[in-house]
Amino acid sequence: MNIDKKIADDLVANDVSFVTTVPCKQLAGVIEEIDQRDDIFHIPSNKEDEGMGLCAGAFMGGKRPAIIMQNTAIGVTINTLATLTQYYRMPLPMIISYRGELREPVACQVEMAVHTKALLAQLNIPTYHFHWQKDVEEFDNILKYTFMCNKPVAILTDANFWGGYGDQ
Amino acid sequence: MIRSEILKEIAPILRDQLVVCNIGIPSQELHAIDDQPTNFYMLGTMGLASSIGLGLALAQPKPVITIDGDGSVLTNLGTLPTIGNNAPPNYILLIIDNGSYGSTGDQPTYAGMKTSLTGMAKAAGCDRVIECQAEETGRVLQEALDAGQATVIVSKCESGNAKMPVITMDPVVIRHRFMQAVKA
Repeated sequence: MNIDKKIADDLVANDVSFVTTVPCKQLAGVIEEIDQRDDIFHIPSNKEDEGMGLCAGAFMGGKRPAIIMQNTAIGVTINTLATLTQYYRMPLPMIISYRGELREPVACQVEMAVHTKALLAQLNIPTYHFHWQKDVEEFDNILKYTFMCNKPVAILTDANFWGGYGDQ
Repeated sequence: MIRSEILKEIAPILRDQLVVCNIGIPSQELHAIDDQPTNFYMLGTMGLASSIGLGLALAQPKPVITIDGDGSVLTNLGTLPTIGNNAPPNYILLIIDNGSYGSTGDQPTYAGMKTSLTGMAKAAGCDRVIECQAEETGRVLQEALDAGQATVIVSKCESGNAKMPVITMDPVVIRHRFMQAVKA
């Protein structure tokens, strides 16, 4: 299965047409896939809170948005998640590369990994963790759930899900 | 002129447009001067007005005027390259540059010292950047709407705030009535 294509297909099938990204090596394939899709407007952000602002505007303009970013971004977007996305009750699927998990080669990444789920739990953000490639089958349901409940929802995708990070 | 005097003067221009207004006293002033369903008031999240406005302008065809401040733009400087490379013709960013953090006690910002937001916006790739004095804001804003080109306006004014009540409207109500106005 090509998980990059599956993620882009599910986004399109759920009418997500506005995607902002802040890159991560693990996400390079899916970002490239999204960039090539005619039915998705891709706008890179310089910082993840900026991207959440773009998504809020796009949602109010009638588009379904999504953000793709690294889990380190949770550390810089807590205020935005609480006082914009959640406060104004807006949906936002967050496809997050879960750096610092199993098969991670860079020790510093673990320092934010150990806080990631705790921070998301503290914010009452529904959180899903993709560890095996087959977990991507849940993505379509997660998108439907996100736009049903108008909440930010986190999909953590670790190195094992993406097929390893430089260790094979 | 201070920001609230500019807002009073441009209120007739803003009335029929989609407006995304910066957090804090700017939103309180606009809300008190001329509350409209076409106004989106930010109650939190300093710095993101220009990004919210850009997302909105990209998602639908009506003109969008974002009212921002120098301090807030400095907080989210990454917004300028994103605007410079992506802003559609219906996007206007009005930076009311009073050289101070108005909502927190008028502490000076670097925009009131050596830093030029006009120069930074140009360097970031914004093609139409107009710096004006406070008194010219209405004319420059109307010209930007008439031009139908993405525009960044840096309106230089004096520091100071009008005493206005806090916005007590529920955020979901603000968002809902704004989305109805966007669709109308």
